[in-house]
Amino acid sequence: MFHPANPVKMTLLNKMTTTNGNLLEVKNLRTYFDTEDGIVKAVDDISFQLKRGETLGIVGESGSGKSVTNLSIIRLIPDPPGKIVSGEVIFKDNDLLLLSNEAIRKIRGRRIAMIFQDPMTSLNPFMKISRQLMEMTQLHLGHTKAQAYEHAIRMLETVGIPDARARADSYPHEFSGGMRQRVMIAMALSCEPELLIADEPTTALDVTIQAQILELIKTLKRETGTSVILITHDLGVVAGMTDHVIVMYAGKIFEQARTAELFSRPGNPYTKGLLRSVPDPIAEQGKLYQIPGQPPDVAHLKPGCPFAPRCDHVQEICHREFPPFVQLNADHYSLCHFAREVFAESGNPQISQIGSV
Amino acid sequence: MTTPVTNSTVLSIRDLKVHFDLGGGGPLDRLIGTNPVKRVVKAVDGVSLDIYEGETLGLVGESGCGKSTLGRAILRLTEPTDGHVFYRDRDLAHLSGRQLREQRRHLQIIFQDPYASLNPRMTVGQIVGEPLATFGLARGREAEQRVQELLETVGLSKRFIKRYPHEFSGGQRQRIGIARALAVDPDFIVADEPISALDVSIQAQIMNLLERLRREKNLTYLFISHDLRAIRHVSDRVAVMYLGKLVEIADAKTIYREPLMPYTKALISAVPVPDPQVEATRQRIMLEGDVPSPINPPPGCRFHTRCPYAIEACREVVPQLVEIKPAHFAACIRISPAEPHIENVAPGAAPGLETGH
Repeated sequence: MFHPANPVKMTLLNKMTTTNGNLLEVKNLRTYFDTEDGIVKAVDDISFQLKRGETLGIVGESGSGKSVTNLSIIRLIPDPPGKIVSGEVIFKDNDLLLLSNEAIRKIRGRRIAMIFQDPMTSLNPFMKISRQLMEMTQLHLGHTKAQAYEHAIRMLETVGIPDARARADSYPHEFSGGMRQRVMIAMALSCEPELLIADEPTTALDVTIQAQILELIKTLKRETGTSVILITHDLGVVAGMTDHVIVMYAGKIFEQARTAELFSRPGNPYTKGLLRSVPDPIAEQGKLYQIPGQPPDVAHLKPGCPFAPRCDHVQEICHREFPPFVQLNADHYSLCHFAREVFAESGNPQISQIGSV
Repeated sequence: MTTPVTNSTVLSIRDLKVHFDLGGGGPLDRLIGTNPVKRVVKAVDGVSLDIYEGETLGLVGESGCGKSTLGRAILRLTEPTDGHVFYRDRDLAHLSGRQLREQRRHLQIIFQDPYASLNPRMTVGQIVGEPLATFGLARGREAEQRVQELLETVGLSKRFIKRYPHEFSGGQRQRIGIARALAVDPDFIVADEPISALDVSIQAQIMNLLERLRREKNLTYLFISHDLRAIRHVSDRVAVMYLGKLVEIADAKTIYREPLMPYTKALISAVPVPDPQVEATRQRIMLEGDVPSPINPPPGCRFHTRCPYAIEACREVVPQLVEIKPAHFAACIRISPAEPHIENVAPGAAPGLETGH
């Protein structure tokens, strides 16, 4: 189904790995915004890795820093007011934060591609769909006009646009929301990127269309081996799409784990609360659990744990001291003074025998 | 079909239609040739529905299906083209201005966007107190006291009375909107996507608040949402809408466990479940294509263009809502009370044609 522009080169790319098998390593990333209200620490000292071919989900509520994290990776933070204060973003042995503007431009779109929530505002309304797709390969792969046009048609077919050749010369407004998101995916995958960052790719879409788009991303991922970072607020989407999950709150990673383990055995009160506050469409539930209060104002964080005012495990220490990042299992970490207790509590007896660290 | 309101029924909607004329098809249009065909959006096209006292009826559908228009037409915030809305033996659809205003006291609405539905130049006290003045229910000191009570009822501090909407978060604003709706002691509330603009942890708070108020104040809700998980959680019964028509109504548990109409089946199978094990094993019914335009929608069954079970007759016959199982209504000619499960129906057969049509 997928037609790579250059299959040989692609296989080679996919075999090349960093020394430790990670495609991407983010280390101690801090991105701050200078606002009238003071310094907003939108992303504050986060580290994570993405293995080649895996899908990483980043979950969080608005203002948790999940989008800023990814804009930092591809250096699209508006400066001013934003600034990447410190950290490293190692993408295949290169620190993206140290690259020149010209060098990073060659990576964006070519080796790391993004799709955004709103396909209407990320497509140029004055340009034909075909031309927007052609731009990508003409710029990055040096295609001639004719090559680029043919490639654009193939990409539109790949993402399931019916009658692609006839519709390639339409304008974005002539497409529905779901079709526009398909075009965005076609554009993102045009140059066979090694990493695809999808920021709430289905939030603006209806549920039957969401199912189509998620299935498409899964299929294309299987066929091309692209690694994916999926940013979403929807725990259902995370459950079905990802290998690993990061839960963000107030600019910090609160928990990270393999997806199956995060859902079956969360080790952080925030994750636990989040999981319990989502209605399950197939199971019977009484009153829905609710996390009290509001997400914090990141510009005015008090000392101690940012989640303390809303936490049902809160102790005196939580208001005083910032919590440690506790390792609970292989690949499972939680930012909490009582991470081990929470983890033990949420494990069923069977797992806790094997899993206790 | 004009059954009068019975004891337990709060609202009886009969054959309600809301059509929007987009013009075209006039002599001049034909002459110039720009708009030769008359274009009509049949946003709501012949909906009949009873809403029982004390229940939450969930109304679910994808964007453009007409669910919000139906909610607004019940309250005559959008003028119905045809049909009846019986409330306490009066037909709201045909009341004069003054009579309608008197009835509005009993029927209120909560809007989706907590940012756009509150006047930014009015204080919370003025916003919540305005309905009291409009209906002459309370004034001066008494009104102020009533507003304070209302704020506390919805979980806001009465100190907020002099503050303006911009000082509040989305969830708090939605609480202000709820307090305003409650000010006149209504029987019936249309909640139009009340949680869609809110963060996950706040959605649970608002759902629980609405549920508590329903019990305490004996309210009846029409809860409109595209969020199938939320609808499942809050509703006693669920009505599914597709392109201006109701296609299935049943008890919430039943409709999620055993949907009968093919569109409902696909819709429910598309909902992501927050459980990786379930997600890994479940079979989705993938629908082809998008929802057709509500301008001049498809003839016959409006779902036939995307339905995996469609036969020739589906293009011609408009299916009626039939009681396929006790209290479980579905609009599909390919099923009948004798054979409710479409998977078991012989290829090409339409048992519904003999019984219900």
